[in-house]
Amino acid sequence: MYVAVKGGEQAIARSLELLAEARRGDPATAELELAQIRQQLRLGVARVMQEGSLYDEELAALAIRQAAGDMLEAIFLLRAYRTTLPRFGYTEALDTTRMRVRRRISGTFKDVPGGQVLGPTYDYTQRLLEFGPTVPIATVEAEVPLAEAMPRVLDLLDAEALIERIDAGADPEPVDLTRKPLMFPANRATRLQNLSRGDEGFLLGMAYSTQRGYAESHPFAGEIRMGEVDVLVCPEELGFAIEIGSITLTECQMINQFHGGNGVPPQFTRGYGLGMGESERKAMSMALVDRALRCDELGEPAYAPAQNQEFVLSHSDNVEASGFVQHLKLPHYVDFQAELSLLRTLSAQHVRHASDRHQAVPEQALEESQA
Amino acid sequence: MNALLQVRKLSRHYGQRIGCQDVSFDLHPGELLCIVGESGSGKSTLLNTMAAQLAPSAGSIRYRQKNDAWLELDALSEADRRRLAREEWGFVTQNPRDGLRLNVSAGANVAERLMALGMRDYGRLREIASSWLARVEIDPLRIDDAPTSFSGGMQQRLQIARTLVTQPRLVFMDEPTAGLDVSVQARILDLLRRLVNELGLAAVMVTHDLAVARLLAARTMVMQGGCVVETGLTDQILDDPQHPYTQLLVSSVLTT
Amino acid sequence: MTPTYNFAFLDENTKRMLRRALLKAVAIPGYQVPFGSREMPLPYGWGTGGIQVTAALLGPDDVLKVIDQGADDTTNAVNIRRFFARTAGVATTERTAEASVIQTRHRIPETPLREDQILVFQVPEPEPLRTLEPREAETRTMHALADYGLMHVKLYEDIAQYGHIATSYDYPVLVDGRFLTSPSPIPKFDNPKLDHSPALMLFGAGREKRLYAIPPYTQVESLAFDDHPFEIQRWEHQCALCGSGESYLDEVVVDDCGTRMFVCSDTDYCGEHLAEAVA
Repeated sequence: MYVAVKGGEQAIARSLELLAEARRGDPATAELELAQIRQQLRLGVARVMQEGSLYDEELAALAIRQAAGDMLEAIFLLRAYRTTLPRFGYTEALDTTRMRVRRRISGTFKDVPGGQVLGPTYDYTQRLLEFGPTVPIATVEAEVPLAEAMPRVLDLLDAEALIERIDAGADPEPVDLTRKPLMFPANRATRLQNLSRGDEGFLLGMAYSTQRGYAESHPFAGEIRMGEVDVLVCPEELGFAIEIGSITLTECQMINQFHGGNGVPPQFTRGYGLGMGESERKAMSMALVDRALRCDELGEPAYAPAQNQEFVLSHSDNVEASGFVQHLKLPHYVDFQAELSLLRTLSAQHVRHASDRHQAVPEQALEESQA
Repeated sequence: MNALLQVRKLSRHYGQRIGCQDVSFDLHPGELLCIVGESGSGKSTLLNTMAAQLAPSAGSIRYRQKNDAWLELDALSEADRRRLAREEWGFVTQNPRDGLRLNVSAGANVAERLMALGMRDYGRLREIASSWLARVEIDPLRIDDAPTSFSGGMQQRLQIARTLVTQPRLVFMDEPTAGLDVSVQARILDLLRRLVNELGLAAVMVTHDLAVARLLAARTMVMQGGCVVETGLTDQILDDPQHPYTQLLVSSVLTT
Repeated sequence: MTPTYNFAFLDENTKRMLRRALLKAVAIPGYQVPFGSREMPLPYGWGTGGIQVTAALLGPDDVLKVIDQGADDTTNAVNIRRFFARTAGVATTERTAEASVIQTRHRIPETPLREDQILVFQVPEPEPLRTLEPREAETRTMHALADYGLMHVKLYEDIAQYGHIATSYDYPVLVDGRFLTSPSPIPKFDNPKLDHSPALMLFGAGREKRLYAIPPYTQVESLAFDDHPFEIQRWEHQCALCGSGESYLDEVVVDDCGTRMFVCSDTDYCGEHLAEAVA
């Protein structure tokens, strides 16, 4: 006897208990503290803040712990929480030329004013698993401190008029994509906002494709810098900007060859990437994709996926993508039933036609023999 | 008789480069005009600008609608452009794959414009599609076959059926026979000549081949470097070409 | 009720934004209104659009019913009902007749709806032309110009290839003679219930950030050809539980020999019908 599926409520409750148990693991092992996650998993925290669109290390650490280290789930948690936060206002545009740089490299010039600064990077670690406990290391203070503000490498080319000028003030006021729907065609400010919230893996794959012939990009890493930038807000009642703190950012400016077109002379063009925390891979990927998406404005032939803004921007968001891919787990009994009965009809029809044809053969043969 | 299309001092530039420059002419109902020139002469740019697929850089194009009202094409709204393309115009592309829907059957390709105009009787749609397939010399038994299973010449004939099924008033054709074998070309040109006569269409056809103009067009325009160098009755141009470039074209036709 | 969140989770400004968008949707039946979809604590594709619409509608006196595939007890329906019970503390019900707001995925209840009821649909893909034309800028233009010939090409092709229209769910409709609209993935069996419905029908697509509406007593036409009219699914069976011969049936495999039984997909209707039969 068939019993209709009942007890969904109870099943969910039991599932939540199992989840809580699995998440905590062996109670004999101490639970992770948020400070540990913030400090020792800082790159994960940075990604969750960036793609969760909320700069709060404590909340990001909490989300990572609650998500048992599943970054996309942690991003989702943070985004859902963000929805409920009141909006007090918008900050002034960040000034990354005044970044207190901790890392700064250029792939285009051997040396640049302010110098190349490696800072903390995994680039030269040789990736050997370190089996022993982490040994605390005493860092040595440099004899000469880094310059307070470092000029942007791309501004050096700007002086020679070899690179396109981007007039800071000329950009339209960006729409807030968490308040307004994405509409096409999207301007560059909107595209950058979308990419900045986009999934790192998706952007990495898209960026990689532009290097392998799917869009002509010829990129150089003009400058990548990481460090702290002050955040300013201008409260209406004050009428002047005040500093409310500083955040860690990674900025990447790509330089791309351009042969001229659409009324624009031959010159270097720019691709831009920016991410919260130490997020170099993301910022570089974003810069490559940003440049590829400028194909229309620069009159470049657009044929590659990374140049198609509807394709890139509609599929970059991992909370949207993850939800929709996984919604296939939900029951689809009703539509499946509809397809099932349709398929039965079609298949019966197919069998009928096949047997009709089978019977038709002798007649045809007869006609031919008479002819 | 009133003109159908009036083109005045029409230019289209691509940045510094000239696509076409200062072109003026009238096209009358029932008239087939050929624009002849080698590749890069600006003839396709001119055609696409006339068909409102490219915006002109200067000059004007006016089209007289079914209701006799004149429409300025440079100020055409997207809504009007699509309505004209659906109801009054046709466009035949050089590569039939650009003008066909390859993922649906031949019948659906022919019936699409009728459905866009609101025809909702499936049986009638099939009937008309079948008769048009026959008209362009495609076996009506192939009505449910995919265009991808057709030869290049058949695909081009299918595109012609798909375009003419609604009896448009004005048809633009971009080298419809280029890229096909000579024997296939002849068949399509013959077909076009017959259909244009039967339907009383006005048409503008771009071709690099003066022989095509001789076969189809009463009037011919010769283009070089974006400019019209000679225009007149096709016979006149063939018998007594004035411009050195036309003379060169004519001599190459006559020797073949 | 969880006190740290606002009533029905969303803040009041967001609800106002949603209500404005819904009013616009009602004013232009079938038109997809872009809206600032918020990120909800349930995943995209799991009803975030419907949840936002419901959150914007709910008042403390409302009685909410949530169904998925016609059933109140499927996990996602339970979860959404739990969410509103927790964040809004509203009364919930499994009875169609008792509900003032019904959120649904993939079905319209068998019990006829009334003027004082609102049906909220969860919509995965609001654009009926999407599978035929992937570019959003283009489909918006097609809607603006009512340029819908392409949809009929698809239907023509179905008949040419299969002898009849081979769309069994999410069957496209023309609302108020103007906008081509997706009824969400309901089986075409439910399409006739959309036409001149006394209840307001609201559609929310959270991931795609679109809302649309079919106001009460609006003409809703399922696309077809004059000589191939629209038809709905029929079964040779009756419901094995309540004996109904008029409801949409789910097919259930009951043993490993492939034995099937057919039961109502609308669990509330089935229960009511069974009770009547017994009485």
